[in-house]
Amino acid sequence: MKARVTVTLKSGVLDPQGKAIEGALKSLGVAGVAKVRQGKVFDIELEGSDRAAAERQLSDACEKLLANTIVEDYAVDYD
Amino acid sequence: MTKPLKAAVVVFPGSNREGDVARALSQATGAAPAMVWHADSALPPGTDLVVLPGGFSYGDYLRCGAIAARARIMDAIGAHAERGGLTLGICNGFQILCEAGLLPGVLMRNARRRFLCKMQHLKVENAQTPFARRYRPGQLIKVAIAHGEGNYTIDEVGLATLERGGRVAFRYCDADGAVGGDANPNGSVNAIAGVYNARFNVLGLMPHPENLIDPLVGGTDGRGMFEGLAA
Repeated sequence: MKARVTVTLKSGVLDPQGKAIEGALKSLGVAGVAKVRQGKVFDIELEGSDRAAAERQLSDACEKLLANTIVEDYAVDYD
Repeated sequence: MTKPLKAAVVVFPGSNREGDVARALSQATGAAPAMVWHADSALPPGTDLVVLPGGFSYGDYLRCGAIAARARIMDAIGAHAERGGLTLGICNGFQILCEAGLLPGVLMRNARRRFLCKMQHLKVENAQTPFARRYRPGQLIKVAIAHGEGNYTIDEVGLATLERGGRVAFRYCDADGAVGGDANPNGSVNAIAGVYNARFNVLGLMPHPENLIDPLVGGTDGRGMFEGLAA
């Protein structure tokens, strides 16, 4: 089973990298960009095919390592 | 005379200030600290003080300090801190202590995005701890900073707890002692440069006192921390 974990900064947390990218897009003349927030994506292949087990494992992975839940949220999508 | 302080410095892949810390500890205690590898499972018996030095452990992959905070030695360091053992995290070491949950909050990217490498004044906020007892409350000290992710961030409740409990160790200030504004180099909330845990046996700070121990390299204001620990 494959899963995609997306980690994003909680709203309100300052994101200087996103700001810099937003500024670069605007200076490139890319129209219509109002705001950019940068996040991280992890593509994870799981050994089993049990969806419930996968949810537990990935929630464990996110809480223990992939996200710092003080400032980040995470979401998991399955293939 | 009590027995001399027994110190250990933890080395992770990518640490680079362990030599500076060892030099500062040797100068203050008269003995070289033990150097402990991150994959070890125990600290040397009788360790009084553990120092997590600065650097770029694991290349700052994922988040600064995130991988190092899950290294094998961290269980032993957590147990040491739990027993009341002195624990000091400098720069990347501070980031590791936050990621490990031994200190509250998190160090984010500097608000103005630049990597900072310069001299910086700090105000000593609490001098009643083993780390700061050689300083006076409110004393200004000049040390070095060198970081890209030193923007201390914590939720409002956590911040109030720190402030109320006297757990802010140092604040960024200018040469006249004015805190905040342009004197805050990285956007840290309340200009916080270092924090203690609730029992004051764990300190994390972004600046580098270990680099200011010799007049040859710009000053000796950092010595007080290591002399205080050794005393």
